[in-house]
Amino acid sequence: MTTPLLSVKNLRVKFRLDKKNSFDALKGISFDVMPNQTVALVGESGSGKSVTSLAVLGLLPKENATVDKASVIEFDGKNLLTLSNTEKRALRGSKISMIFQEPMSSLNPVFTVGYQIEEVLKEHKGLSGKAARDRAIALLTEVGIPEPNIKIDSFPHQMSGGQQQRVMIAMAIACEPRLLIADEPTTALDVTIQKQILDLLAALQKKHGMSVLFITHDLAVVGDIADHVVVMRNGEIREQGASKQVFAAPTDDYTRALLACRPVVDSRPKRLPVIDDFMAGRADAMRLEQRSRGVLETDPVVLEVKGLCKDFVSREGLFGKRVFHAAKDVSFKLRKGKTLGLVGESGSGKTTVGLTIMRLHEATKGEAWFNGQNIFALSEAEFLPYKKRIQIIFQNPYASLNPRFTVGQIICEPMVIHGIGENSEARAKMAFELLAKVGLPEMSFYKYPHEFSGGQRQRIAIARCLTMKPDILICDESVSALDVSVQAQVLNLLQDLQDEFGMSYIFISHDLAVVKYMSDEVMVMSEGNVVEQGDSDTLYSSPQQAYTRKLLDSIPKGVSALT
Amino acid sequence: MNAVTANQVQMNIERSPGLWSLAWKRLLGDKVAVVSMVVVIFFLLLSLASLVGLIAKDWNKEVAVNYAPPTLFKDSHKPSADLKAGAVDAGPAVDGAAERVPLVNERDPLREVINELKTQLGQPTVATADSGLKIVDPLADVMTELRKQLGRTGDGSAKVVEEKRLDFLPFGADKWGRDVLSKVIQGSETSILVGFAAAIVATIFGTLLGALAGYFGGKTDDALNWFYSIFSSIPYILLVLAIAAVLNKKGVLTVVLILGFTGWTSIFRLVRAEYMKHKARDYVRAANAIGASHTRRMFVHIFPNISHVVLVQLSLHVVLFIKSEVILSFLGFGVPVDTVSWGSMLNESQNELILGYWWQLAAATAFMAVLVTAFSLFTDALRDALDPKLK
Repeated sequence: MTTPLLSVKNLRVKFRLDKKNSFDALKGISFDVMPNQTVALVGESGSGKSVTSLAVLGLLPKENATVDKASVIEFDGKNLLTLSNTEKRALRGSKISMIFQEPMSSLNPVFTVGYQIEEVLKEHKGLSGKAARDRAIALLTEVGIPEPNIKIDSFPHQMSGGQQQRVMIAMAIACEPRLLIADEPTTALDVTIQKQILDLLAALQKKHGMSVLFITHDLAVVGDIADHVVVMRNGEIREQGASKQVFAAPTDDYTRALLACRPVVDSRPKRLPVIDDFMAGRADAMRLEQRSRGVLETDPVVLEVKGLCKDFVSREGLFGKRVFHAAKDVSFKLRKGKTLGLVGESGSGKTTVGLTIMRLHEATKGEAWFNGQNIFALSEAEFLPYKKRIQIIFQNPYASLNPRFTVGQIICEPMVIHGIGENSEARAKMAFELLAKVGLPEMSFYKYPHEFSGGQRQRIAIARCLTMKPDILICDESVSALDVSVQAQVLNLLQDLQDEFGMSYIFISHDLAVVKYMSDEVMVMSEGNVVEQGDSDTLYSSPQQAYTRKLLDSIPKGVSALT
Repeated sequence: MNAVTANQVQMNIERSPGLWSLAWKRLLGDKVAVVSMVVVIFFLLLSLASLVGLIAKDWNKEVAVNYAPPTLFKDSHKPSADLKAGAVDAGPAVDGAAERVPLVNERDPLREVINELKTQLGQPTVATADSGLKIVDPLADVMTELRKQLGRTGDGSAKVVEEKRLDFLPFGADKWGRDVLSKVIQGSETSILVGFAAAIVATIFGTLLGALAGYFGGKTDDALNWFYSIFSSIPYILLVLAIAAVLNKKGVLTVVLILGFTGWTSIFRLVRAEYMKHKARDYVRAANAIGASHTRRMFVHIFPNISHVVLVQLSLHVVLFIKSEVILSFLGFGVPVDTVSWGSMLNESQNELILGYWWQLAAATAFMAVLVTAFSLFTDALRDALDPKLK
């Protein structure tokens, strides 16, 4: 048996919160990374996966993090925890390197990418001048940047997100490290780009014979590339083993829950099983009860959008201006009690469509007929009563709630504005009912948004919309920022509410599986155009357009192949 | 919200601490903040007490010989020897104290004539206090008569000015024999009042315009930016002079207005930037989606989120304007002569310093330095407490 390249033994990390309290981020975890192997560290937020990677790199914040004395992180026979700072620095970059989640914020915006790669080469390899530049171009070629000898002189903002991540990878492999730590490297990217980056990482790993420690919250991504999987929760390892074995026959309930609570393309259970269901052992029964989706011609139309166009005009030069067509001639019908899914990559115009219907952007052209009235033709004051009937839930639950309002104030505010409820007592009573409906405890009424987790905040946002009893609810990437298990809970809540109130949803997401699960009809958008639209089951089973097929092919197959 | 409160009691919920109570807790945990806060509060109480007339009410009264040195330095300093000369200068009109008034003015060119007249009238040449007055006041007899009729006894001349000497003068006395300690407290009142009032005027003005410019953007922003640019392109002192000329009246209110309407620009820039940042945030969009009006979004939603910035600016500008008031009064554009402020004290001490009377300068400077330093430290601590990420 070969000796492991990286061996983490009984790693315990404590964070000091204030004078009295501390928080155990890692409660004694152990795992090995063999040479030439990809190990995936999977877990939801708060599981301690990022803390593990920071501990390996020796980048834990010194002021409040303490590593237990008995912990050992052995890399190539040396205990990283006892090395001096100088030794650690020499190791970082040359033997161990790292890729971060956000390429845009990891690259320095005022230097060219070439300069930044050459800097790494200078620091660790002693290359300079032409030698460094040639090596940088070779690296860019290797990570698949087109026209590398031109792109080497461009600045990070001149590149797309995918290309930036490729540059980050080029910098990380510049010194041919033995271990590459990739912390959520594809989370910020579109599905099609994600697939390319994953393929690239797999190819580079084989070619250079390095080990990869791949950190992600998404089990499906892992299935494609990992040899060995470590599932973490609350600072503990729940399960680890060979990738195939973990996916095919997970022994831990939590792993099984993680695998199942993510919606898949070819199955649509009535409710998604959540972690509690697995712990209670009722998940398998749930999976059998299927929900049928689809629309009939006889379903009444709630909203009809005809030829919606939205242009953004930016000034360029002294007199010139540039017009960007964010949405071009978008038309659709939304039927009562049904969901229209809007999918597309970033920049496809799907969010623009949602915001324009809400009149948060003014449409350049087009009509939207709601209740026998073209709502785009109304003045702002005339539109006010309609705001009650069309509501929106935003993507980021951390940003969409006013941090200085208590939850009670947040939920009561729409009622105050629209005169719902006679007095504050009646409104508070209704707020308590709604909190119960979205599954939050009554005492939430007095708390501030920052005291809640992402999923709970999204529930608050939903409760706020429900006060107005809207006919149409626009969900703009409403579950994208949430962990998979929380996402399942929120999706279930949305389904229940639709069943109860007969609301129509416009469900905007980049996640094709989620859209498939939620939608009766689907509209695929690309660069402001509607590429394809139709019944969700038909569209997913037999896509007519090449772009739709490409999108569907990029869905990570790791898990869906097994369930 | 009776039902809510009842509910709350019943469930025994602890209300979550808001931003302000958290900031307050952080502030109390900071030693420098607490000390500086105590100093600032002490100054505020001092000027409040002086405002309602509890202390330093009689700052304008003469309580000592002019240029009396601080009590601690009394023996060591020369001017204490000049007491007599000072008394001579003061003259009978200012000081009616019998023992100090020389009833015969030796420098009077008419002295001989008066003495001659007195002998003719059969009066003694060495006059009593009463007769001394008679010489000056031809109506003195009539007055004495009147007083008698009114039932008052004795001669009123001794009552004209009550002589009350203070033994304790920690900062000495000024040119008119006024207690410098009272004077500097009175000066604190003026300076702090001007500093706070002007800072409040500037903050309200700057915040309002900044909110409008940042929130609405476009043409409103352009127009307000022009307005702002005009203001900030004129040299500060010239602008102050121009406004002073237009208002054409010296007084505390004038100084407040001058400082308020010249000092709003930096607050405007900052608030404008904050509003631009916040109006694009999702929570403001969400407020729009639920139908909140522009005013509501601006002041109910965004303002509480930037209020800490405004508060820190307010605090910074209090310090700035206290200093500005001192400079203005020093240059003579500030408060009128009958009002005392730290600036006018510094102005007076310009001439005194040549003569070696340093205590007025010391008093005004010490008070100002302590308050300004404490207030600046407090502002820093306030900023840290309100935005711990910046630390």
